[in-house]
Amino acid sequence: MLDKNGIAQRIAQELEDGYYVNLGIGIPTLVANYVPDGISVEFQSENGILGMGPFPTEDQVDADLINAGKQTITALPGASFFDSAMSFGMIRGQHVQMTVLGAMELSQDGDIANWKIPGKMVKGMGGAMDLVASAENIIVAMMHTNKAGESKLLEKCSLPLTGVRCVRKVVTNLGVLDIKDGAFHLRELAPGISVDEIKNATAGKLIVDGDIPTMKLA
Amino acid sequence: MIRKVVKNAEEAVQGLKDNMTLMLGGFGLSGIPENSILAIRSNGAKNLTCISNNAGVDDFGLGLLLQTRQIKKMISSYVGENDLFEKLMLSGELEVDLIPQGTLAERCRAAGAGIPAFFTPAGYGTEVAEGKEVRYFNDKPHILEHAFEADFAFVKAWKGDEAGNLIFKGTARNFNPLMAMAGKITVAEVEELVPAGELDPNFIHTPGIFVQRIFQGVNYEKRIEKRTVRS
Repeated sequence: MLDKNGIAQRIAQELEDGYYVNLGIGIPTLVANYVPDGISVEFQSENGILGMGPFPTEDQVDADLINAGKQTITALPGASFFDSAMSFGMIRGQHVQMTVLGAMELSQDGDIANWKIPGKMVKGMGGAMDLVASAENIIVAMMHTNKAGESKLLEKCSLPLTGVRCVRKVVTNLGVLDIKDGAFHLRELAPGISVDEIKNATAGKLIVDGDIPTMKLA
Repeated sequence: MIRKVVKNAEEAVQGLKDNMTLMLGGFGLSGIPENSILAIRSNGAKNLTCISNNAGVDDFGLGLLLQTRQIKKMISSYVGENDLFEKLMLSGELEVDLIPQGTLAERCRAAGAGIPAFFTPAGYGTEVAEGKEVRYFNDKPHILEHAFEADFAFVKAWKGDEAGNLIFKGTARNFNPLMAMAGKITVAEVEELVPAGELDPNFIHTPGIFVQRIFQGVNYEKRIEKRTVRS
């Protein structure tokens, strides 16, 4: 089984040289720690920076330099700053090649719910709806089941949606699955996980075609 | 040169009245118009509708205007770093309209650019789309969104000149340039106000045409919400 860092590490293998990438809050942020050698990517944060660098040292901390999670960050050589309309222009205009975000639920049609739980304090969708509505290449990073052990990979989402028919790949603590043609297609197993464990943890339609390899994490 | 410089925030908020709609720049606590928020509090105008990406924290930013119950409605993309906000929302004292962040930005930009409405894919198929016109372009569904209207826009820049030209710093730029374009009266507060001619016109982010009042702010706290450092 993968921990949060393992999920991030596996997602980082999806990065390609020259990609501009938007990472959401939580596990997705960790993807930046595992960019494979020989690959150059630039990270966008939707509050207005391309070329986001690591967290600052104590003396580099600047209130005017934060990421979308409101954490202090640094800017790498070649970085740029811009306003929020231009930032979402990059996103809706599909200039950002990969988006990684978390989810509470996913459906076998690629619907995603990640912003609202009825009866709980609603904080808002932030930029998530804009991101999922436009990006071509959305990868979801999430735990396969919730704290009660119930599957988060469903036939239909029960929570209010963030976007419809938009997610094509999900990396969970148990494996990698593509979403297409109204089903989850199992592609890789996390180390130590069996196909049966995935079957038991997936409530939506699951397709297991042939031998499923265990993923390789360098 | 058109006179835009006012003495301070108190002078800058003159004309602010009950029931007005305000835009306030900033993302989280970064790039918020700190001085103007304090002056709005002193002005005491009530039943305000505030368009701002976030709603501050309990004792800073827009949280200060929640304390005084001056805000009737918030239009934001992400709120709730703020206990008082939650309490007022649950008790029905505060209306909240949550909008996707990119749509929020574009509704500001459109307001300033003379675009009354536009179609966006964001929110299609979600509760955000309820009651909105849907049209397909290139086989993809989009929803109709309208430009905002705002009586005042309050923005914060790093540097500004007497002609109202603004330069922002880092990610404190965020919504500020868009809101500057959109306000019927745009008030810009700056960390450093210089005479016209000192800022290189090649590096102006917001041209002075969008700014009606400008002043040099004081005592910037520039609070950091999530100070995160490398270990």
